[in-house]
Parts: sequence; structure tokens; C-alpha cells
Amino acid sequence: MEQTASTSTISVPANRLKFLIGGLLIVAAVIYLIITSTQASAQYFMTVAELQEKGAQVLGRDLRVSGAVIGDSIQYDPQTLTLKFTVAHVPGSNKEIEAEGGLAAVLHAAVTDPSRPRLQVVYQGVKPDLLRNEAQAIMTGKLGEDGIFYAEELLLKCPTKYEEALPEQSEG
Amino acid sequence: MITDLGYGALAITFFLTIYGVLAAIWGVRTRRPDWIDSARNAMLLTFPLLTLSCLSLIYLLVNGHYEVEYVASVTSTRMPLYLRITALWGGQAGSLLFWSWLMSAFASAVTLRNWQRDREFLPWVVVVSLVTLGFFLGLTLFVENPFDRLWLLPGGLAIKSFFAPEGAIPYFQSDGKGLNPLLRHPGMIIHPPMLYLGFVSFVIPFAFAIAALITNRTDDRWIQITRRWSLVAWLFLSLGLILGGRWAYDVLGWGGYWGWDPVEIAAFMPWLTGTAFLHSVMIQEKRGMLKHWNMILIILTYNLVIFGTFLTRSGVLSSVHAFAQSAIGPLFFIYIGASFVISLSLLLQRWQDLKSDLHMTSLLSREALFLLNNLLFLGILVICFWGVIFPLISEIITGQKVTVGPPFYERATAPLFAGLLLLMGIAPLAAWRHSTVQTLGKAVWKPTVVSLFVPLIGFLGGIRNWAALLGFWLAAFVACVTLYEYGRAVIARSRSRGESLPTAFWNLAGRNRRRYGGYIIHLGVVLMAIGIIGIELFQKETQGTLAQGEELSLGPYTMRFESLAVFDTADGRNVARAVVSIYKNGRFVGELYPRRDYYYESQQPMTIPGLRSTMEDDFYVLLVDWQPISSAGATFKVYQNPLVNWLWLGGFVFIIGTLVATWPESEKSPATVRARRRTPLAAKAS
Repeated sequence: MEQTASTSTISVPANRLKFLIGGLLIVAAVIYLIITSTQASAQYFMTVAELQEKGAQVLGRDLRVSGAVIGDSIQYDPQTLTLKFTVAHVPGSNKEIEAEGGLAAVLHAAVTDPSRPRLQVVYQGVKPDLLRNEAQAIMTGKLGEDGIFYAEELLLKCPTKYEEALPEQSEG
Repeated sequence: MITDLGYGALAITFFLTIYGVLAAIWGVRTRRPDWIDSARNAMLLTFPLLTLSCLSLIYLLVNGHYEVEYVASVTSTRMPLYLRITALWGGQAGSLLFWSWLMSAFASAVTLRNWQRDREFLPWVVVVSLVTLGFFLGLTLFVENPFDRLWLLPGGLAIKSFFAPEGAIPYFQSDGKGLNPLLRHPGMIIHPPMLYLGFVSFVIPFAFAIAALITNRTDDRWIQITRRWSLVAWLFLSLGLILGGRWAYDVLGWGGYWGWDPVEIAAFMPWLTGTAFLHSVMIQEKRGMLKHWNMILIILTYNLVIFGTFLTRSGVLSSVHAFAQSAIGPLFFIYIGASFVISLSLLLQRWQDLKSDLHMTSLLSREALFLLNNLLFLGILVICFWGVIFPLISEIITGQKVTVGPPFYERATAPLFAGLLLLMGIAPLAAWRHSTVQTLGKAVWKPTVVSLFVPLIGFLGGIRNWAALLGFWLAAFVACVTLYEYGRAVIARSRSRGESLPTAFWNLAGRNRRRYGGYIIHLGVVLMAIGIIGIELFQKETQGTLAQGEELSLGPYTMRFESLAVFDTADGRNVARAVVSIYKNGRFVGELYPRRDYYYESQQPMTIPGLRSTMEDDFYVLLVDWQPISSAGATFKVYQNPLVNWLWLGGFVFIIGTLVATWPESEKSPATVRARRRTPLAAKAS
């Protein structure tokens, strides 16, 4: 027992160094993994307006675009599983959305206002359940040179009924 | 009436928590134990009071009191009784009340323990528990009140408020909107309570840790007291995560079980630090080291628990789980910030007192490998945290919102998970204190060689995916080591005590529950790893639109579309149900009925897969679209998920192992102590 104690006191600085190097190696590995994985899978979140402003600069980049679905524009061919629709610009930040009266109001305004920037979308795959007028579509994919957005992934959010909609007079 | 009762009980409990905190601090300041006892009684009372409050809300939900806004938003007349009860945690306000109720149950339970040996902890445990509880009650009471009623203002505007606004008349609705159909699933009914139980029970070890810091009792007492609390917390958190995965697989209809959604990560992060904590406290108990580290881990876990509740409940990040955005976000942020700063400054104050004289001597000793395991868990935590906050950071710095998706997490965490598996195999073979390459190599080479057969067979069977081969080898390696450790101990016990092998096995698991329960958990992880490798690396999918009688092939499977029926049900659903026949390698194996339910009242569809499940693979069919007029054509999405059942089996084994580890040890040691104490008395008596 005493022996081990004495050996350990002698080798403490050397040990410290060993452990320090080991720890630093792990930290370096984690940082490396984070940086490379972030670069490999970063998706730029843009609004429709931003996308049309930047246009050519973002060709070929992984993008994530959100917009309000225009119901009349939805075309779906179940044989080839090709889905085409148009989305209208909605603001990107939650603050702006709140300022304009909440998500449902913003989506409604976006769809009914023809002066808003719009974007055509093509998606290969099954038509999602929630794709309907005034839904919020979050599309991941790339902008084509023809100005059409080719979505690889399509997420839809409908303004949840939770906490959101106090009964409106028009409904009641 | 009942609304007032529930609200009143809630309000009284809130003031009781404030009183309890003040009484405990006053009791310590003035050294008056009667004040501390009073604080303790206050904490004990929170549970019955909140039970009353929860029962009131359940009464309102069950009886359809739609004048209460929360009731109208989560229930409807058509919902069956059990769903109305579970709607208690179906919305934001109710789930906060439910969280508080569970918290009060744990807080009350902890007051009932025997405090004789560590009375100095009591006031501070009361303070920490009641501050946490008080924060949640405050949110429920002032920001998200489930007892708020709906009122119609003279202008025709409807608002929600508990007390009647001036000139307003009550607004009665004849029916509610009903619970989100996605939440009407048995998995979803028990998943949130399990997760919440895991969350709240981690508050107790944290409370003891803070009490130890404040009272400067730097021994291992707080860890001994809270060992079982931590295990229980971990059990529920693990169960919550597993059930959540199963729910996603059954209900969300994307063929997966885990989507690296921010809310999933929010529940996963405290699990990561909790798991690291469970491992590193063993080092403190055995070797008296890592005292600072354990404090940091429990502080992190507590704050991640609050952060997790915040992420799920604030809507700050967009997610399938999140409720709408609400005012509670900034309050959570302030609370987490304050609790983090206070606990860390307490730790810094005690930094010197927590110093241990012992140092790690060998990089291959068991304690060093445990430390490595901790670093890997924290590495995964950092990756998860980075992924969650990256969009916020990038927006602040560059003005451009950049997100990272599941590929980021998979790529970054996979090597660390592999490292954890490897450690799980090596660490049980490493000796405490001192271990060299020679001694460790001697123990490791046999299971290494045996386990190499598994990837070899895989390779000969045609698997060329090196990541999968590596994964299968690691899984086999851990399984070999764990079974070897078990076998060795059973045989040794059976020889030395003359017990039969099954008896020896039973007694062994009963004697050192944490250790052998831990090994069972490791075996569960191995099984889960096999399932995860199977579905992540070998999942196949296809989709197609079929006319009646047409077929679609995927791997060894062929699916024939037989018929489709669309009908209404009595509980307000429109159901489209397809019948498909499944053939495997040309042989008929059964019919499946993928369907789509459309809920009229909430206007939400729900896709329910048809599933044929075997240990080899799952065949998973989704009905995604159909022609409404003729039943001629329907579109299906089909997945073949190899080995995914091993994931659920592994989850089951994992939970069994945790139960074994958590189960109270047969109280032998205290009994012998008591017996020894009694001997002199007995001697006197005789």
C-alpha cells in the first residue's frame, strides 16, 4: 500500500500530462467531428424573398425554404409521384410573424396577396397529408437554374389548434 | 365550482412553496428545528393539494366543461373516457400542472425518509425542491393556467381569463376541438408521464448535491442517499425515450423511430449526463475521486431537465412536438440561467474542500476508462447541444439562419457511440487502480477472437458495409465479455458454495444488483445496437401507385393490392383501409391493413401503417393516397426494416436490467449492523 502511494506521488506530473493529452485528444476529436459534420450537412434557411434576391449565388447549395402553400397551385400525378405547387413568401423570424398576428394570419395573408414573391416547387414523392391551402411548407433541396425549387424533403406544418385559435366570431 | 376548487388548490400550493422556502432558510439562520420541520410539512402538503387540483381538472375534462378553455382545446364529446383523462397532459397548460404534480409526489416522498443521520441536508433539500416546484406552479398559475375560462367581451371578442373581465359574459361552447389524433395512441399516453417522471426525479439528487455543497459535507453521503433516486430517474427517462421511439414508429408514419428532432434531443440530453453521472459516482464511491466532476454532472443534468421541459413547452424551436409559442420562454431562460450561475458558484466555493488526495495512475485502469466513457457521453451531449442551438448562433453571428439535420447528428455521434460500445466491452475487464497493456490484453484477447466470428460470418454472407461489420463486431464483443463475466462469476459461486448453476445465477444477481443489473443493461444496449445498425444501414424503401391486383416488390417481399374501403366510424373518423397480401420469396405470409384515419373535428389525418414484424425484419406499409371515386388505384410507401425488432427487444432487456439494478438490495448489511448492536444488550439480558 505504501509502495503504491510512493510510486504514484513520484509519477504524478508525468501522469497528469498523460491524462491531459488523452483528454485533449478527445476534445479535439469531438471538435473535429462537429466542424466537419456541420460543414457537410448545413442547410441555409431562407425565405422565398431572400431566395429570389440572391438567386444565382445559392445555386447548388443545400437550402431550407419555408413558404405558404397556395391551394389552387397543387398538382399531383400519382402515377409518377410528381408533386408541383407554388408557395408564397412568409417572414422568417418568429418576431415578424408575431407582429403580423400569428402564424395562421401570416399564412392567410401570404396566400391571398398576389404581390408577394412566389416560388414554384417540384417534389418527387408521395403527396403529404397536410399539403393544403395555407399550410406552411418547409422544403429542403436545391434551387434549379430554371428558378424552380427542387425539394428533396417536404415538411408541412398547419397552424396548430393548440393555444392558437380562440374562437372567432365568424366561426361562432 | 370545481374550476375554483382546482385553481384554489393550485394557488394555495404556490404560496405554500414560498412559505416552505422561507421557513427552511429562517430555520437554518436562527437554528430553530421547529421552523425546518414546518418547512418539511409544507413540502409534504404540496402533494395532496396538487392531487386535488389535478383531480379537479380531470373532473372538468371528463365531464366536458367546455367553458374552460383548456378543456375545450384538448377534449371533445366523442372522445372515450381514458383519452379525456389523459388529455390532462395533452396540452401545454395541463402538462405543466401534471409536471408539478409529479414533482410534488417526489418532493413529498423525500420528506418521509429517515432524516436522522443527515438532518443538516433537510432544509436545503426542501429549498431546492420547493424552488423548482414553485417555479412551475408560478408558470401554471400566472402564465399558462389550465383553469382559465372563456369570456365574451362586449365587443364580441373572446378571451381567456380565470376571473371575469369587466362586462364580459361567460362563453359556452357545446363541444371541444378534441385531442390531436397523433396523441391518441397508447404509446403517447404513457410516454410523456414516463419522461416527466424521469425529469422530476433527477431534481432530488440535485437537491441533495446542492445541500451537500451548502453544508460543506464533502463525503459521499449525498451520493449514497440519492443512488436509488438517480436510478429511478434514469429508469423512467430511458423508458420514456424507448416508448417515444416506438410511438414514432407506429404513428408518425415515416418508417423510423428517431428523427433527431430538437424535442427528442431535449429529452435525450439529460439522459446523456444522467448516464455519465451513474457511471462516475461509482468511481467516487470506490476510489473517492471525481468529486467535482460528479457535482458538475448533476448540475448539468438538472439544468438540462429544465431546459428539456422548456424546449418542449415553449415552442422556441420548430418541431413536430412543440406546442405553439408562448410567453413562458423568457421565464424559463431566466430560471435556467439563475440556477446555473448559483449552483456553479456554490461549487467553486467548495472547490478546495472537494479535492481528493488520490490521483489516477494508469490510463488503462477501470477508473480511467470510466472517465473516458464520461468524456464520450459529454462529447455526444456537446454535439447534440450544438445541433440544437446552431441555428440560433448562426443567425446572431451571420444573420443567416443555418440548420443542421439528422445527417449531422448521425455523422458526428456515430464514432462516439462506437467508442462507448468498445469501452463497454473493455472496462469490465480492466482492473481498478492499475492496469497495463499486458494485463488488459490478456483479459481481452479471448473475447476479441471469439467475437470476430460475427463480422466474418456477415462478410461471407455478403455484407460489404464496413461500418456495419465494425458495429456487429463491437456488439458481439460486448456480448462476449458480458456473458463471460456472468458465466465466470456464476461458475465460481456454484463451485465455492456448492449451489446449482441456476441458483448461483439467481443469488449472484440478487447479491450485487447494481453490477449484474448493469451487465443486463449492457446486453440490452447490445441488442439495441444490432437493431439500430439494421435499420439505419440496411433499410430499403420504395413507393408506387397500384391498381387493384397489381404488385410491388421490395427485397424478398412482394405486395399485392387487393382492395380498398372508405367508411365513416361512429367516433368521428373517416377511414380509408386497404387490404394487401404479402408474399415473401413467393410464399404467402399474410394480409396487412394499412389505413388512413381522417378526424373530422380536428381536421387532421393520421396514417397507420400495416406491419409484419419478425426478428429478421419488419415489412412496413403505408397507405399514402388513393383515388376517391373508384377503388382502382392507391399509392403505397413500403419499407423493409431489417433487425428493427432487436431494438425493441433490447429496450425491454435494458429496462429489466435497470429494474434489477434499482430494486432494493436485500437489507442484509443494515440487519447485521443491528444484530451486532443488539448483541451486548442481549448479553446483558441473559
